[in-house]
Order: sequence, then structure tokens, then C-alpha cells
Amino acid sequence: MTWSDGLFLFFAALTVIPAFLCVALARNIIRGAFLLMLTFWGVAGLYGMLGADFLMAAQLIVYVGGILVLILYGVMLSRRVSMAELPVGAFSIFAGAAGSLAMGAFLYQIIDATPWQATDTPATEGTIRPIGELFLGKFLLPFEFISLVLLAALVGAVILARKEFDEPAEQVDS
Amino acid sequence: MAFHVSLESYLIVSAALFVCGMYAVMTRRNAVWILMGIELILNSASLNFTAFSRYIEHQPGVDPAAGMVGSILIIILAAAEAAVALAILISIYRNFRTIETEDMQELKG
Repeated sequence: MTWSDGLFLFFAALTVIPAFLCVALARNIIRGAFLLMLTFWGVAGLYGMLGADFLMAAQLIVYVGGILVLILYGVMLSRRVSMAELPVGAFSIFAGAAGSLAMGAFLYQIIDATPWQATDTPATEGTIRPIGELFLGKFLLPFEFISLVLLAALVGAVILARKEFDEPAEQVDS
Repeated sequence: MAFHVSLESYLIVSAALFVCGMYAVMTRRNAVWILMGIELILNSASLNFTAFSRYIEHQPGVDPAAGMVGSILIIILAAAEAAVALAILISIYRNFRTIETEDMQELKG
């Protein structure tokens, strides 16, 4: 077991344990969001272990800096959520645990049984240049399309979240 | 301890993340928790893409960085999805005064 294997185990634990605590045990949503932050950090570390430096930065910026802050804002904007939520029914927990465990066993079977054509030598040194070349070459259409999606999401989110006009007589359709 | 990092280790971590997210989506009643579960699922998919991209055997015609492009697209879509979902939640909260999914049962509020 080399030091990189130990590092992998550390990041894997940092990813999986807070995720489990967050979904299974946490009752307070603020606490859950901060556990989720640990998970995102762990995934960023795993990206680093995979040699995907650009993705590691993107994960930290977009997930930890963006999505998590967005979730916390969503929590704060609605007052009742920050309090402890209603207890989940026993049947619901049982069904969820059974379904998730079955899914986990299924996935593990697939991973275990498939003969992966994997190699240990990394295919590329550095990822930013190949990613840039792919985005401006082979994947130009998805790249342009995703910018359209982002624009649509931006405008749509603003329209959905803004205050309605106070005109009870006529409905403003937008 | 004979442990060596391989493709399977990453796949197992990602499967565990997926299962956690799925459990959250199935059991939670608060829409923000469900959103967090969806983020976990998207993260696991993105981790899978990157792991395959790193461990793929080099072949002519197959771009090794293409998996990372998939991961980046997933991250971008997750950001857009979170923004729109939270906007919808705010709008639902304004109408129903709750974000518990079981309390939203009317189509016309």
C-alpha cells in the first residue's frame, strides 16, 4: 500500500462517510448541507487523484462555491425549513433502505463481474489542453448548446423566483 | 493490506455515492433534501466519467479526455438544475407556504 493508495482511502472516506451521515442521520438541513460540503471536497480530492486538475477546480468552484451556497440560500429563504423536519415514516425508511441496498448490491455485482479493459498508465499528462481542444473541436456543438442552456436557466430562474405583480384582477402570464 | 487503487475502487466509491443519493430521494419529504440527493447522484455519475477517462486503454480514435468533457457537462447541468429547482421551490413556497412534498397535492393552488 503506497501513499497514494492511502490518500485515495482518505478521500474515499471523506466522500462516502459524510454523504451517508447526511442522507441517513442528519435532521437539521443546515448540518446536512455542511456534510454535503465535505462530500464535495472528497470528490474534488478524488478528481485530483485521477489527475483531472481542471475538473478538481471546477468541482470546488461550482459545487462548493456555487450550488452549496445556492442550497443554503434556499434554506434560509423559507423559514420553516431551518427547523427540524417532520419525522420520516418507518415504512418509508424501510422501503428506501431496502431499495438502496438492493441497488448497491446490484451495482457491486456489475462492477465485480465486468472484465474492465483498464490500464494503470495515465492516458494524458495534464488535462486542460486536451479538454480545451475537444471543446473547440469535436464537442463544439454541445459546448455552444450548453451555453444556451445556462442562459435559459438563468432567465428562467429569475422569472420563476421574482415576486408576482399585485394585480388580482388580471393574471399576468409569463 | 493488499490494497491497490484501480478503476474498481473509484466505481465502488461512486456507487456508494449513488446509493446515498437514491436513499435521500426516496425517503426525504423536504424538497431541499431531495435536491441534495440529486446532487449526490450527479456527482457519482461525474466521478464515473472521470474514472473511465483516466483508466481507459489508449486506442487510436478514442480521445482519453472525452470522459472529462462529459463530467464538465454534468457539472454545468447540475448548476443550472440547482438554480432552476431552487427558483421553483421559492415559487412553491410562496404559494403553499411549505416545501414538504407531501403537502403539495393541488394542481391549482
